[in-house]
Amino acid sequence: MKFLRKFLDSQEKHFEGNGKLKAMYPLYEAIDTLLYTPGKVTKGASHIRDVLDLKRMMTMVIYALLPTVLFGLYNTGYQANLMIKKLGGFQADTALWQSQIINWLGIGFDPGNIFANFLHGLMFFLPIYIVTLAAGGLWEVLFAVIRKHEINEGFFVTSMLFPLILSPTIPLWQVALGISFGVVIGKEVFGGVGMNVLNPALTARAFLFFAYPINISGDRVWVAVNGAVDGTTMATPLSDLAAGKAISTWDSFIGLIPGSLGETSTLAILIGAVILIVSGIGSWRIMISIVAGMAGLSLFFNYFVESANPMFAVTPVEHFVLGGFALGLVFMATDPVSAAMTKPGMYMYGALIGILVVLVRVVNPAFPEGMMLAILFANVFAPLFDKIFINANIKRRLLRNGSR
Amino acid sequence: MIEHYLSLFIKAIFIENMALAFFLGMCTYLAVSKKVDTAIGLGVAVVFVQTITVPVNNLIYNYVLKEGALSWAGLPNVDLTFIGLIVYIGVIAAIVQILEMILDKYVPKLYTALGIFLPLITVNCAILGGSLFMVERDYTMPESIVYGIGSGFGWALALVALAGIREKLKYSNVPNGLKGLGITFITVGLMALAFMLFSGIQL
Repeated sequence: MKFLRKFLDSQEKHFEGNGKLKAMYPLYEAIDTLLYTPGKVTKGASHIRDVLDLKRMMTMVIYALLPTVLFGLYNTGYQANLMIKKLGGFQADTALWQSQIINWLGIGFDPGNIFANFLHGLMFFLPIYIVTLAAGGLWEVLFAVIRKHEINEGFFVTSMLFPLILSPTIPLWQVALGISFGVVIGKEVFGGVGMNVLNPALTARAFLFFAYPINISGDRVWVAVNGAVDGTTMATPLSDLAAGKAISTWDSFIGLIPGSLGETSTLAILIGAVILIVSGIGSWRIMISIVAGMAGLSLFFNYFVESANPMFAVTPVEHFVLGGFALGLVFMATDPVSAAMTKPGMYMYGALIGILVVLVRVVNPAFPEGMMLAILFANVFAPLFDKIFINANIKRRLLRNGSR
Repeated sequence: MIEHYLSLFIKAIFIENMALAFFLGMCTYLAVSKKVDTAIGLGVAVVFVQTITVPVNNLIYNYVLKEGALSWAGLPNVDLTFIGLIVYIGVIAAIVQILEMILDKYVPKLYTALGIFLPLITVNCAILGGSLFMVERDYTMPESIVYGIGSGFGWALALVALAGIREKLKYSNVPNGLKGLGITFITVGLMALAFMLFSGIQL
């Protein structure tokens, strides 16, 4: 690896100061810090030194996401293969191009075969991920070069999260459009990572959700088999619940249910949650208060409201394992930029999300799932919560120390 | 019965938020949202005025302007709805003026706290919008009181939330061309996206 370091060092002169490629410095800097720990350290006495820098923090989130991604790959393929089996085998004339490639490679469509499921899922995840990286990365680099700020590892987290909250059958141009909106309007116009108000991945998804609802909601998009054929519609368990059908809590916990690419497995997400909490990156305060808010309101609905709407009877455990609740809880709501920063603010922020999720799932017939919009809504109010508690703190300290 | 008023209240605050669902009162919304403290001042003033003007306009509509409303004065065939717009604005301006005098005389503390925002409210279209919605939807007297409080409160909530965000945005590195109002418009758009959460709730 020495030669790589030497190569980078030898090229540095072209990018720094008055070098020929100085406009491309952010790109050079990004590649350098991606491959190596940044060489710059603080000097002087007034700094707190810590091993945790932005790069390590974002890398940690990616590690925490890996179980979710891997399981998402498996489940997407599994659901598709299950449906293909139900339809009586692979049909070359109606299948999606991703399945065509699997067929061409001769891997087969056996839902019992882990390898086949995995590869089939990969065929859906990979194009979405590549498009996300390319389109989002383009904007990221463009803004970094023109506005002369550094390219940040934060984008890797955004680009990893974004495919996980999409439907497997989403058209790729919509992926590009969505991530462009998320990166540019959600983040870069505010000045880049750390200065945005809303979570960029969720902003991107919300944009797609309202602009092209057909491709990201309903019951035809969650299983990666061409939905034009009759009998291939497959609602997410949340819609099933709303329609009064019973669902298996255990399957939902493991994640063997149709849904967005990476949202189904509560188990895999909880592994990520443990990594985030132990490493101190995700706030356990936010996670706990979301669960508390969700459990509180759903228990209230369970015991005190009598209604013909089956959603009122959904227990907290079912709310927890279904839909995007777990993914949003662990990876979206705890985004340190858009969440509240003060400790009491975190509790209020979390509780607001928990309450709103249940509220939307139960009483809003327009959307079966509310995690995305609940987090965005709480993002809007997070700065206000912080402000309230900071002001209260200032007042208390003035009183304690005797105001002048 | 209480349930009906409660759902109207919730609807006025969140589902039909004056600022973020109807985009009413935008000029004051954008102009007076730089600091949370002043935003709270204006918010309180709007709730106050809205709570009074909507019911008062309701009375005027039902007993003066509506077709046949003047039958108590012996004029059953008169329909004055066409001057509604002017009358509502006049009522709002008058009430704001009276309110200003009363506050100045009896609660000078609140008067100085509200300062310029009180006269500014006269031209706030969220206030006029509240009265017009009341007419359009044929609210009864108690309903218009609830709607007045709710819609005023919803507008104030959106205003304070925007002020919180804008105070945070001071630390952002916004491109030069977008500084000030530009980024505020984008922020308001994103906030409205988040407020879509409530669209579709039937109460």
